[in-house]
Parts: sequence; C-alpha cells; structure tokens
Amino acid sequence: MLLFDLKPYQAEWISIKFAYQTRRDVTGKPMAANGSTTDVIIIGAGPVGLFAVFQLGLAKLKAHVADILDRPGGQCAELYPEKPIYDIPGLPVCTGQELTDRLLEQIRPFEPVFHFGEMAAALGKTEHGQWQLTTDTGLIITAPVLVIAAGGGSFVPKRPPIPGIEGYEGKSVFYAVRRIEEFRGRHIVIAGGGDSALDWTVNLAPIAGSLTLLHRRPDFRAAPATVSKMRELEAEGLVRFELGQPVGLKGADGKLEAMAIKRMDGSTGEIAADTLLPFFGLTMKLGPIANFGLNLNENLIPVDTEKFETGTKGIFAIGDINTYPGKLKLILSGFHEAALMAQAAHRYVHPDKPLRFQYTTSSSELQRLLKVA
Amino acid sequence: MFVVVRMPDGSSHRLEALEGWRVMEVIRDWGLPIKAECGGACACATCHVWVDAKWLPKLTAPTHEELEMLDGAFHVDERSRLCCQIIMSPELDGLELELAPESLADAPPARLAVGG
Repeated sequence: MLLFDLKPYQAEWISIKFAYQTRRDVTGKPMAANGSTTDVIIIGAGPVGLFAVFQLGLAKLKAHVADILDRPGGQCAELYPEKPIYDIPGLPVCTGQELTDRLLEQIRPFEPVFHFGEMAAALGKTEHGQWQLTTDTGLIITAPVLVIAAGGGSFVPKRPPIPGIEGYEGKSVFYAVRRIEEFRGRHIVIAGGGDSALDWTVNLAPIAGSLTLLHRRPDFRAAPATVSKMRELEAEGLVRFELGQPVGLKGADGKLEAMAIKRMDGSTGEIAADTLLPFFGLTMKLGPIANFGLNLNENLIPVDTEKFETGTKGIFAIGDINTYPGKLKLILSGFHEAALMAQAAHRYVHPDKPLRFQYTTSSSELQRLLKVA
Repeated sequence: MFVVVRMPDGSSHRLEALEGWRVMEVIRDWGLPIKAECGGACACATCHVWVDAKWLPKLTAPTHEELEMLDGAFHVDERSRLCCQIIMSPELDGLELELAPESLADAPPARLAVGG
C-alpha cells in the first residue's frame, strides 16, 4: 500500500513519451507479484539509473528499474523539470525534463521494465545466490546484480513539525487520498498551497462534511484553473479559506477533533476538524536502503572506483548515493560510473562469457542492439 | 567576513564566508547538517532559515519564486528566507540567522546487520 501522494507537487505533469511495459493490472496492482526475474535490478529512475540501462544494454543485460516516483527522471523530474542544466557534455543547456526525455529515447531500444510508484523496501537473497528486491507493494524482482542509483534517497511527503502528529497518521492525518469515498462527510482541513492541495480541495469539497483550505498566503502555486474553481467553491460556501499555518492538533487516540493554527499576524485560532491532509511537497529520505546491510558513510554508500561496487559482492552504487575519494555529485560522474559498473555487472551475469569492449560508432553488433543497423 | 548560524539544537557557529557565495553553501561547506536538497536552485524549501530581524533590511528582497518555494516550509514568518538565495556581500558581514528544524539533514542511520 502506498502511504502518500505521489502526484507531482512542484512539477507540471508531463506524460511519459513512450509506452513502456508497466506490469500492472487494470486495478493498478503490480502483476506477477512473485515472479519478475531479470539480469540487473536498478533502484532509481533518475538520469544515472536511466543511463545505466543504456550501458547494461550494450552489454546485452536486461534491466528492471524501480522508483518511488510515478514517472522517470528522479530529482530532474521532481525538482528541476524546468530548470536549465548547463554541465551535461555536448548539451550546452537543457532542462531536467529534456534530459530525462532524451535519456528515455536513448534507452528505448533496450526495453527496460519500469516499476513506478514502488519503494524498494527489503533485500534478500535466494538459495541460488540471487538478489531479491521486494517493494512496498509486494512486488518481487530477482536478479544476480543490484544497482543502487537512488540519488538522495526516496521522495516522501514532508511531515509537518507538529508535536504528536505521528499518532494521528492513518486515522486522521493522511498524506494521500486513495479512495475519495472514505472522506465523505468528514470535516477536512487541507494544508498547503500547491497543486496537490488545490486539486484535493476541489475534488473533496463536494462530498466533505466541511472543508477548510489552510495556506499561509492568498496566492497559490497551482494551476490557475484549479485556483479559480476553488474560489468558486468558496463563493458557494463549500470551501472555507483560512490564511495561516498548522501548529497543533487536538484530539485523543488518533482521533482528531480540532487543529490549532497560527495566522500571519501572529494570532492563533482553531478549526474543528476530524481529518487533516498536509500537502507541503516531498523531501528525500534514504529509507529502507539503510537496512540493506551495506556499509554507510553519512547516508552515502562507499564504493570502489574501478567497478563502483559496494562492499557487498554484486551490489553496485552509482550517482549521488555513492561516495569515494574525490567524488563529485555531478550527473556526468554518474554516467561514467554506470559505464564501468556495466562491465563488472556482466561478469556476474555471464561469468563464463568475456565481454568484448566495442564502440557504437564501429560495432555492427552494438548498432543492431541500438536498432539502428 | 562571516555569518553566525544557530542550529535547532541551540548551538551557534561563526562561519567564515566568501563574497559571492550563497549562505547555504557556506553552511554546507563548513560541514553543518543542512538538507539543501536541490543544491541551491530555489527548487525545494530545505534550506529554510529565520534571519535575525535587524539584518532583514540589508537583504535583497525575495523573488516571487523564493516566496512560492517557501510554501513548502513550516513556521514561515517575515524572517523566513531560503538561504540558497542569500548571496554573501560586505553588507552582510556578521549576518545572524537560525536554521529551521525541517532543514536539518538526517543523522546517518545506524548500520543494521542483515542475513545474506
């Protein structure tokens, strides 16, 4: 079960340009819950995870890519979709979204299998010595090689720093809406001023017992059409807009009764409510990877600089999540790390087959793999 | 020139700073645990600080973009800034500010044993 809203908060939704296999059934549940086997599991669909698909593909290795976000691009999609990046070799300027789109185009011939909206939750080993990754939805992927390209970790919703809020989570405080019907008749406070806050205000107001939108300023960082709709609902009396920020929760046993707010003039107030939906965007946490049994150095994974392998055989770490002497957190460093990792990964998947190093400019074999020859 | 940073644990740090550097970079490069997830692009809100009131008139006013990003921070008030958007200059020599708790980087998790 997903506990939080994966809707892009800061980014406009940009549809994935190519149809990838998603391995989900019509209800959205992942298919073959106990059965995906591949050559390499990649955790993280950011630029480095995507380019790893390319380098592995040249070595004829198939990859499954899992990411907690609902789309590829990682930080490039979540933080910088429209921000220009100037230090990609050969691309004087491109946005995070453009880089993501170009990488998707580049890796398309290798037909990676993506598992979006899946948090890497646990790692085990099969009796045959293969890595077995289990996600938070119960999806299991098995492969001889695991590549961690998880950047700064998983994007998870920001938790408001309200004392005792944990005790209300799951009963009165929710970071996502899965089924609208469960909120029928509830007295809801939605806190925040981005797309998620505004979208859910508009969608829940018609069925809520009451709905208050709480935001610190009268301007919103959301689609103008949604803001207009919210203002219409406010005029109809279906939405109450309150200028302020959440500071406290009142209730008992996880059942919310009222929420304390602080207005911008410093005055305080209370809103009677049984439900709080905080939408303050996402933040990065290392998450369950911390429990994979790997050595960690200040939340980074130490690797060698020959193969970018961790202290555990068959597990590699590339991109922002790794550390080694002289490490620079640059996308281009991650690309280099992916190339060397792929050479070593091949030795695990095909210990009996030496990998011949070839160039895409001259090798007809690589050109066939790239579907250009 | 220098900045004085108070951390959520109450400790205070006088950090040497260079002209033209972002205050976020000064804090990060001296090794204090600041999240600053987007690296200074004004694309997250994890370098939120409260600037001491007496310094506010010396700061360049926040851009519209910074004000929007502050929507992702907590306990925002008129002293709130994203410190990746404060550039060190001689007028700011001695700048005093407090790091918001949600901008504190997580402590590294303890290593757990795992069966293999």
